[in-house]
Amino acid sequence: MLCGITMLLLLVHLVRDLAAQDGMFVLLGITELVLLGQLVAGCIALGSTDREVDGLLFVSYLVGVTLVLPIGAFWSLAERNRAGTAVVMLAVLTVAALEVRLDGIWS
Amino acid sequence: MSTLAVGWGRALVFVYGVFAVAATGRSLLQLSTDADKAPLAYSLSLFAAVVYLAATTALLLGGRIGWLLAATAVGVELTGVLVVGALSYAASDLFPDKTVWSHFGQGYGFLPLVLPLAGIAWLRHTRAEAGHGSRDN
Repeated sequence: MLCGITMLLLLVHLVRDLAAQDGMFVLLGITELVLLGQLVAGCIALGSTDREVDGLLFVSYLVGVTLVLPIGAFWSLAERNRAGTAVVMLAVLTVAALEVRLDGIWS
Repeated sequence: MSTLAVGWGRALVFVYGVFAVAATGRSLLQLSTDADKAPLAYSLSLFAAVVYLAATTALLLGGRIGWLLAATAVGVELTGVLVVGALSYAASDLFPDKTVWSHFGQGYGFLPLVLPLAGIAWLRHTRAEAGHGSRDN
């Protein structure tokens, strides 16, 4: 399940790199919704799994990954130029890295 | 907003912020759950967290003092990642578990090695402005 969400996210990232500013923030919003959904789904999955998953670590990553995009978006909006776009790209990269780690923790 | 945190400095502050949170969370979790396993490695991660926090704060602070603080933090950071990176290869028995700086930051895509170099480049770039006192803020 988490792998699927990660794949979906990475596809969104690919599209985003080509997108213009306004479309970018729409995609960021959609991604954020997916991440919030992942937080809920992840907690439910954690409760019903019999795998050896470090619960505290897993949930802190789930929460952490939802915080990156809003902070990155606001931080970049204060300066709408290439540097601002770079901040959004870094935020998306951070999300991707955290998703890989999440996947690693789950399995 | 300080001149150290605009333009590319803004991107730098974001990455330092991410690393500050990542290193803090990691070290606190490890120290609170199994501190006995690798106390040196976990303490070093906590130290790295403090350095990243100091660098982030200094960049946001700006001005002459912020510049000096940031330069110190970035210098400590570069030294730390080089020494710990080298030690993790040369004396691997010292590190039963990894730190943020182990193997020159391999676990973080070698970003801990690249980041202080980017920081030094940015601080050199902004040195002229910082030297002229506190016309920012």
